[in-house]
Amino acid sequence: MANPQDSLSREHGGIPWKHVIGYILSIVLTALALWVTFETGFSTRTILIIIFIFAFLQAALQLLMFMHMTESSEKNNTLTGKTQTGNILFAAFIAIVIVAGSVWVMGAGHAKHDHHKMEMDHDMKMDGDMKMDHGDHK
Amino acid sequence: MKWDEFFVTGDPLIYGADVSIGLTVIGILFYLTYFKKWQWLWREWLTTVDHKKLGIMYIASAVLMLFRGGVDALLMRVQLATPDSKFLDAQHYNEIFTTHGTIMIIFMAMPFLIGLINVVIPLQIGARDVAFPYLNAVSFWTFFIGAMLFNISFVIGGSPSAGWTSYMPLAGNELSPGPGQNYYLLGLQIAGIGTLLTGINFLVTILKMRAPGMTLFKMPMFTWSALITMIIIVFAFPILTVALALMTFDRLFGAHFFTLQGAGMDMLWANLFWLWGHPEVYIVVLPAFGMFSEIISTFSRKVLFGYKAMVWAMVIIAGYSFLVWVHHFFTMGQGELVNSVFSITTMIIGIPTGIKIFNWLFTMYKGKISFTTPMLWSLGFIVNFVIGGVTGVMLAMAAADYQYHNTYFLVAHFHYVLIAGTVFSCFAGLIFWYPKMFGYKLNEAIGKWVFWVFNIGFNVCFIPQFILGLDGMPRRVYTYSAASGWGGLNMLSTVGGFLMGIAFLILAYNFYYSFRYSERENTGDSWGLGRTLEWATTSAVPPHYNFAVTPTVTAMDPLIQMKRDKQDVKPKIEDIKKIHMPDNSGVPFFMASFFFVAGFGLVFEWYWMGIVGLIGVFITLIIRSFDKNEGYYVSEEEIKETERLTV
Repeated sequence: MANPQDSLSREHGGIPWKHVIGYILSIVLTALALWVTFETGFSTRTILIIIFIFAFLQAALQLLMFMHMTESSEKNNTLTGKTQTGNILFAAFIAIVIVAGSVWVMGAGHAKHDHHKMEMDHDMKMDGDMKMDHGDHK
Repeated sequence: MKWDEFFVTGDPLIYGADVSIGLTVIGILFYLTYFKKWQWLWREWLTTVDHKKLGIMYIASAVLMLFRGGVDALLMRVQLATPDSKFLDAQHYNEIFTTHGTIMIIFMAMPFLIGLINVVIPLQIGARDVAFPYLNAVSFWTFFIGAMLFNISFVIGGSPSAGWTSYMPLAGNELSPGPGQNYYLLGLQIAGIGTLLTGINFLVTILKMRAPGMTLFKMPMFTWSALITMIIIVFAFPILTVALALMTFDRLFGAHFFTLQGAGMDMLWANLFWLWGHPEVYIVVLPAFGMFSEIISTFSRKVLFGYKAMVWAMVIIAGYSFLVWVHHFFTMGQGELVNSVFSITTMIIGIPTGIKIFNWLFTMYKGKISFTTPMLWSLGFIVNFVIGGVTGVMLAMAAADYQYHNTYFLVAHFHYVLIAGTVFSCFAGLIFWYPKMFGYKLNEAIGKWVFWVFNIGFNVCFIPQFILGLDGMPRRVYTYSAASGWGGLNMLSTVGGFLMGIAFLILAYNFYYSFRYSERENTGDSWGLGRTLEWATTSAVPPHYNFAVTPTVTAMDPLIQMKRDKQDVKPKIEDIKKIHMPDNSGVPFFMASFFFVAGFGLVFEWYWMGIVGLIGVFITLIIRSFDKNEGYYVSEEEIKETERLTV
């Protein structure tokens, strides 16, 4: 709307390969995570580590392919640059608060001795459990 | 599924609702057909991408939802007015407090504020529309369809009854079987899409589309508050989206994220819900603060006191609102260290808000105050909101909260925050900007009646609830015994509730009365005291392109500067150039309709219907992706004619 001619029409030409490749790779990573969980015989801990790695890879991929991570340096616009940097820092802060905060709150005090939580710890130790749940998929 | 399971049966109240819904639909269809309004409805409203019209539709939907949520509240108050009342049974009462809470927060407060933001912000920053007008229409229609999907639950399938917080395991399949809880999950999920898109849209609009010269620190306070609100929306709503999706997986596909079986963590739902829920409190209160700042400054005829302090207070809140969520479940058992930390963060977050209260007081200090109705609501807000804030600090003390929690003390506290903050601001903002939307003011005399009846009713309703809470009356109980001694105060509270209901009816009458009899405005500056650009339009209701010539901003409160410079708001004829505007589109309406089909199918676990609906959504996305439409130009002649400029 503000500058109808430049930004909009320039980006609309041709096939957006960056987005297409990013999209396909995202689907591949998700499918791989599902395959590792359901079809391999690894322990629960190993499965968790592998799918976490896939998750981080996919997050990085999406930031690069879809989220204009590198745009600020291209345009050399100070407000855009500052907004981008601030945005990424704030997003990192919120992500840490959500993940670390939840782990801390859910694992503290007598929530830790909560019945269901104990069940889960139990499951984690006998790491064949998860496979047994999904045995029919094999 | 049999028909008597599909429709809710057996309750005369529900049959009454069925009849009134049927009659309303027939009435609307008859009106549209008889007066040949279908084309007008489609062209002017259903396909519009104009921010002002979308804003008006948001506000109209919100007022409708205020009515629905208000009726829920009055039904609850009737049931609680006397001990051992048989008016509602336990299940019906549970359904009503669940829909009351959900509707008031998600489908009343948010759309009301987003509607006012839609109408005002682009004008206030001197823009022709939002950054993504088409996306704005998608936002509105997904919100509207989500709201409608949630609302039909009480006549088709049954309402959710696990509270607006939907704690697990209560909200799980074992304890809440049937479609009710699915309505909650799908309705909120679809409406949440709209909210998230609004967040992105206005964030970009405010950052990129301000009039030349309007630096960040020359932005009006309402624009600042909207900017901060949008940042919170963009970061908080994904948490709700994920939590809702996980619970949907639990209920529909047998997953075990929050269930008791299969190593699920039921309390993780509460944790995730409030990780979104607390920022949500600020999403519904920051725009309110912004509006009060504008109104108090305008009617005190003074610059807002402590502008920079206000801005920084809000910037701090944007991050800090994510650090207090545990205070919603101090009694969950996470131990004294966690509780102490969140107790302290909660008390600290009161400070930026306290700063703002003093800023408003000092803005009024030595000002020449006009006691118009928007100003009355603002003054009422300051007094009542302080009561809400102070009781909030009481609740923030984790040890004391073990006494207060789950009682009417808490209920009274958050109603003092949400009604005095959000609802008062919605009324104040609606009256203040009403001439900007419709070209005439709401009647001031009737408006004062609304204010006083509502304000007295509000206090009569909720002050007794503080005392009832301290006396130990728990929330979310459908009845109590006469021996408890809570009867008198409950009756008093019900009287207050009905006073608020009467105030709403007077407000509705005022809409009608003012439409018939109010004097039509002929300048853009309807109150004569405007400070910001939305009042610098040439006519009371701005044309669809807002400004014939984009204004240049040289100072904060640009219209005051223009008045000082004796500068006319009328554009010079040689400055008129053709204006690029977006075309209307019916695609957002159809996209949302497909979302409704998909949502309805998933609610009843009719997967074929869910899949058909989602395919429809994807088709509309594809249609939009290959749409080469770049809008159209408003010609110079048309602008000159609209602005009545002659050579």
